[in-house]
Amino acid sequence: MANQNYVIAAFVENKSGVLMRVTSMFNRRGFNIDTLTVGETESPEYSRITLTFSGSQEDLHQLVSQLKKLYNVKKVEVISAELGIRRELLLIKVKNSSQTRSDLRDAVEIFKAKIVDYSADAMCLEVTGDSTKIDNFIDNMKPFGVIEMCRTGIVALERGSESILSK
Amino acid sequence: MILSGAEIVVETLIEQNVKTIFGYPGGTVLDIYDQLYKKSNRINHVLAAHEQGAAHAADGYARASGELGVVIATSGPGATNLVTGIANAYLDSVPMLAITGNVASSFIGRDSFQEIDITGITLPITKHNFFIRSVDELADTIREAICIAKSGRPGPVLIDIPKDIQVAKCEYTPAEPVKKNINPSAKDEDVKAAAAMIAESGRPFIYFGGGAVRAEAGELIAKLADKIDAPIGCSMMGLSEIPVTNQRFLGMQGMHGHYASSKAMAKADLIIGVGVRFSDRATGDRTKFSAGARKIQIDIDGAELGKNVDINLGVISDICDFLTKLIDTVEKRDLPNWEAKIEKLKEQEAEQVIPGFLPKEAVEAVTSIVDPDTVIATDVGQHQMWVAQNYGFTKKKTWITSGGLGTMGFGMGAAIGAAYGSGKRAVLFTGDGSFGMNLNELATAVSFNVPLTIIVCNNGVLGMVRQWQTIFYNKAYSSTTLNRKTDFVKLAEAFGAKGYRADDIESFKKAFAEAYAQEGPTLIDLTLDKDLKVLPMLKPNGTFDKLIIREEEING
Repeated sequence: MANQNYVIAAFVENKSGVLMRVTSMFNRRGFNIDTLTVGETESPEYSRITLTFSGSQEDLHQLVSQLKKLYNVKKVEVISAELGIRRELLLIKVKNSSQTRSDLRDAVEIFKAKIVDYSADAMCLEVTGDSTKIDNFIDNMKPFGVIEMCRTGIVALERGSESILSK
Repeated sequence: MILSGAEIVVETLIEQNVKTIFGYPGGTVLDIYDQLYKKSNRINHVLAAHEQGAAHAADGYARASGELGVVIATSGPGATNLVTGIANAYLDSVPMLAITGNVASSFIGRDSFQEIDITGITLPITKHNFFIRSVDELADTIREAICIAKSGRPGPVLIDIPKDIQVAKCEYTPAEPVKKNINPSAKDEDVKAAAAMIAESGRPFIYFGGGAVRAEAGELIAKLADKIDAPIGCSMMGLSEIPVTNQRFLGMQGMHGHYASSKAMAKADLIIGVGVRFSDRATGDRTKFSAGARKIQIDIDGAELGKNVDINLGVISDICDFLTKLIDTVEKRDLPNWEAKIEKLKEQEAEQVIPGFLPKEAVEAVTSIVDPDTVIATDVGQHQMWVAQNYGFTKKKTWITSGGLGTMGFGMGAAIGAAYGSGKRAVLFTGDGSFGMNLNELATAVSFNVPLTIIVCNNGVLGMVRQWQTIFYNKAYSSTTLNRKTDFVKLAEAFGAKGYRADDIESFKKAFAEAYAQEGPTLIDLTLDKDLKVLPMLKPNGTFDKLIIREEEING
């Protein structure tokens, strides 16, 4: 069965140790998680975990079923490719020089990135978008010399007026 | 009323109808033990020799009684000694509550004396666990833990209680015993889809496991089998749910299963799996397992559906509700060709019996002597398979064994728990290897005068491992020849139990009849030849067309 990329959103109780329960389960069951983000939600008693992983349909079924079994997990939804809005944020520090400056600024403009720190020999740039855009941006930055970078992993919501909790 | 945390623990257990608990005291549970002492007329505590034994006893108690098993241990080594027992309960889906003490809150995180992160350690082997941070949450957490342990697919839950919380006081209001969460009922579309698949099938086979035992679905399974003219088989965990007297019941299938059951399942064109996870010990090579058969799988745990083998219809439902509706919906079938094939398989199985095979004869002798309600517990190894294959189970909840984890050393604790859980004499089959692991619990059996007859199948070797070494490792018997000089009869006597010796079927029958009639614990040392095999045998990751039936095939 061909592997596919999936984005999954899980509402979990906002308590200490819950993230460990979730990641421990992934480790034990051998799921390969690509990205994972956790943050507050519209209701203070829940956190939202957004994760991406690649696997078969069967893997997806197992992962979702195992997640649902965890006592602190209240709701699990697979974010569909059609309806999903997926975003990632990248902070990247690249080398800056008088020869490359204008090329860098062009790239920043084309990718709708932001310069968040500037010095004569380095720039820190911020860009958001889906993962392909981020990958592209990084590729474009490589020739300039990447000093360091970090990306957040995917956060995702579905289009429309519904929330996952109310579904 | 205002009570201390320790009082709340004991009062809440009593309130939740817990009658007997197993455990071992220590520094961080002194307050709870003080309360157990004061309330000993309302709750019974059985002191084990080791926390592992206590955990297995809680497990055996739960399986024999159908109620919650409760075990209590102190922090640090007390808690870590529970780990194997908790894992065993997790893999066999046994409702268990483990209560551990921990160092006082202000000592947590400092590697204090006997401090251990037991909630962290038991994370992957509990349904859920709790670390108590305030005495106010204690009573409700215990109630919630019991509800989790018993609901849906049962399993162990652990509560870790720091010492200061056992001393702290708060208001306690008694509550009603918690009710299990109601299982989801069967959906009409699933029932119809299953009925349609049955109608299209010419060779249906019903295959049930531990989930059917927990749901007590035996009668419904038998009824469905009658209506659709199907044979029935089970995993090792399913034994005792359907009486062996049922003509459709072919027994256990799998690696060491009954020939007819394994073969019928391999020949079936439709397998109806009821509360069973199609484990590797049941399927062999899971990618080739019953490749020609469509599969329906019914389980209360959705994560089981299609986990190990591909299925055509997965049903998350209360097993009994689904079976009841399916029996009403499905058309009556009559499949004479399939019946004839099954009869043929049964005949072939009967021909394979080795005359004078002592383990089989001994197990059959026990069947004929004991009351049918007697709980039969085992350890892990060859003896376990011989009992699973040959004991004539006719009553529910009379089979207690370590299925998923395969824990050598499970038997002694489990059998003690089973004697309490069933309220009558239990029988334990063990091996000299398994018994050697936790024989300290013989002290427990003697102290509490537990009605228990232990049969040590003594062949001087780790028989199952030796069997594999014989077949797969060219008879290189690495570390499986025990060469111990233990005299089990004298050992029993040293502990204060009565011991008997047997080395053939006549001496065994005589010894067992006498041992079974005694009041407290008794032990029989049954000498067996070290090269007896458990057959049939499916090679690990093998397929059922290559089942080893006879000893001669092994060396080929």
